[in-house]
Amino acid sequence: MLENIRLSFQGIWSHKMRSFLTMLGIIIGIAAIIAIVSTIKGTNEQIKQNLIGAGDNSVTVQLHQGEGAYEMDYNGIPDGVPVITNDVLEQIREIDVVKEATLFVSRNTYNTIYHQSVGMSGGSLYGVDREYFDVCNYLIRSGRGFDEKDYSQFRKVAILDKESAETLFPGEDPMGKTIEIKQEPFVVIGIVEKSSKFEPVINSMEDYQMYNQGGGGKVYVPSAVWPALYGYDEPQKLVLTVNKTEDMTAAGKQSEEILNSYLSVSDDTIQYKAIDLLKQAKDIQDLSQSTNSMLIWIAGISLLVGGIGVMNIMLVSVTERTQEIGLKKAIGARKSKVLGQFLTEAAVLTSLGGLIGVIVGIILAEVISKLTGTLVAISVPAAVGAVVFSMIIGIVFGLLPSYKAANLNPIEALRHE
Amino acid sequence: MILDLQHIYKDYQQEKLVVPVLKDVSLQVEEGEYVAIMGPSGSGKTTLMNIIGCLDRPTSGTFELAGENILKYKDKDMSNVRLKSIGFVFQSFHLLPRQSALDNVALPLSYAGVKKKERRERATRALERVGLGDRVSFKPTQLSGGQKQRVAIARAMVNNPKILLADEPTGALDQKSGKQIMELFETLNEEGVTIVMITHDRAIASHAKRVVNIIDGEITEEGAKEVQDE
Repeated sequence: MLENIRLSFQGIWSHKMRSFLTMLGIIIGIAAIIAIVSTIKGTNEQIKQNLIGAGDNSVTVQLHQGEGAYEMDYNGIPDGVPVITNDVLEQIREIDVVKEATLFVSRNTYNTIYHQSVGMSGGSLYGVDREYFDVCNYLIRSGRGFDEKDYSQFRKVAILDKESAETLFPGEDPMGKTIEIKQEPFVVIGIVEKSSKFEPVINSMEDYQMYNQGGGGKVYVPSAVWPALYGYDEPQKLVLTVNKTEDMTAAGKQSEEILNSYLSVSDDTIQYKAIDLLKQAKDIQDLSQSTNSMLIWIAGISLLVGGIGVMNIMLVSVTERTQEIGLKKAIGARKSKVLGQFLTEAAVLTSLGGLIGVIVGIILAEVISKLTGTLVAISVPAAVGAVVFSMIIGIVFGLLPSYKAANLNPIEALRHE
Repeated sequence: MILDLQHIYKDYQQEKLVVPVLKDVSLQVEEGEYVAIMGPSGSGKTTLMNIIGCLDRPTSGTFELAGENILKYKDKDMSNVRLKSIGFVFQSFHLLPRQSALDNVALPLSYAGVKKKERRERATRALERVGLGDRVSFKPTQLSGGQKQRVAIARAMVNNPKILLADEPTGALDQKSGKQIMELFETLNEEGVTIVMITHDRAIASHAKRVVNIIDGEITEEGAKEVQDE
């Protein structure tokens, strides 16, 4: 075997130009695949980094109807959805991987919040408990957070985030000013900001939509005053945090189960579901993976063409070396020996092509990364797989020529000119 | 008896015609003999050699090699007979051009599954036996015709075959080299090697101890060397 490999290298070396041209098909195919795989892996890595960059590892669990979020504005408060009590919240806090958890209510708002004549056309309104800002990693940038008295005395106070502050108070300090929410006056007591700056890398429209969902600014009021705006016993949402990003999905699942066990809805499509960014990221990754796997198939065609090139050259080589094969068979080489020799040669040729292809592919990926600014991650399993796959191509396409060589009649082969 | 061929017939199918090439050929060769099979081209001598060399099968007849009925063997076992029992020497040497003399000689040993170290030793000894002990690492392109043929003889001898089968061994050589090869054959024969040589050249055939004439697929006369010399 080792002897065969040594002979194969000798053969390849003695026909450098021909061997290189034969390998070219394999080199191009493998290089394309490695470049694509590295780019996919880089993109996925980027999506993940963007999410971990969000830094909050938070999962929101809220009522869904079917696949979409339950629409309070159109459907009203559903029957059979009990208020989540502190006991239930405690159960969720006791889940191993859960760090913190808090309840809130929220609505998307359309022209609901005004400061004098300046309104917010979009955005959302949150009714939150005191610990909400801690759980969700917000910092009070100015003013104060909600205190106990805000809740016990049902004070109409509001906290803005940076975006809503800029929308409602362009060029003004909002502190102490009054805004109107559903015609009710609320005094702005603070401005919050996410503690970890999350700056996602945005390359496409899809990325933009993903990272800017729920945009348009947020306004927070104490949950105690929510009934004055929208009514009592509105289904709450749960937000929980975990220490490790990979625990997000598990924590979400377990809390879903706890919350759903208290439901007694007639429409069983109404269920609590966790919205976790990790899962969303995976969905996006799957999507990009499926489009890119198409590209891999297309690159695979060039491997097929390369394989046919190898077969062609091997057939030429068998014809050229008919005398040699004849001699070997005459002096006692079995068919299997001859077969093995030619198969090894084909496999060595394509493996070498694969190896060069991997190197070219990595260089290509780096160049793409430099030109487009996307992240590129080299996949070691893909590189190893590519070389092994090239070897298999050599064996498959070398089979016919090798079989032809092994079955030559030694008398005729020796006489061949 | 090393070779025992009885009533060998060989026909070739040429389009719709059946062309008989060998007609009732019988030949016996004892161990240690040096036999020349002589005949003009088209006489069937090459076909006879292919049959003796287990490269071809007769249409009918029996063939025993060292007492074994060879014709019942499968192709795979035939390879083995060629490997172990027969040493081939060809007119045009058939050396592998990119391999050293040593590697060329060691080739049959590798097919026989001999370990690398022993292969080198035995191949070196075989080269020494044909007087090329100082040329082991030379490539065929660096050797003269006569030297190339000696490498080929060393390759034929390396597995210690029962019989050395030579097809026009001097056909591609000048007279001086040819003479040297003939001297080598005589030496090998004196050492006990059975040699069957095919040639159309009466002068070359005269080196053998026995000459078998074949014309039109039939053995016409058979005589000892002494008879030929007269």
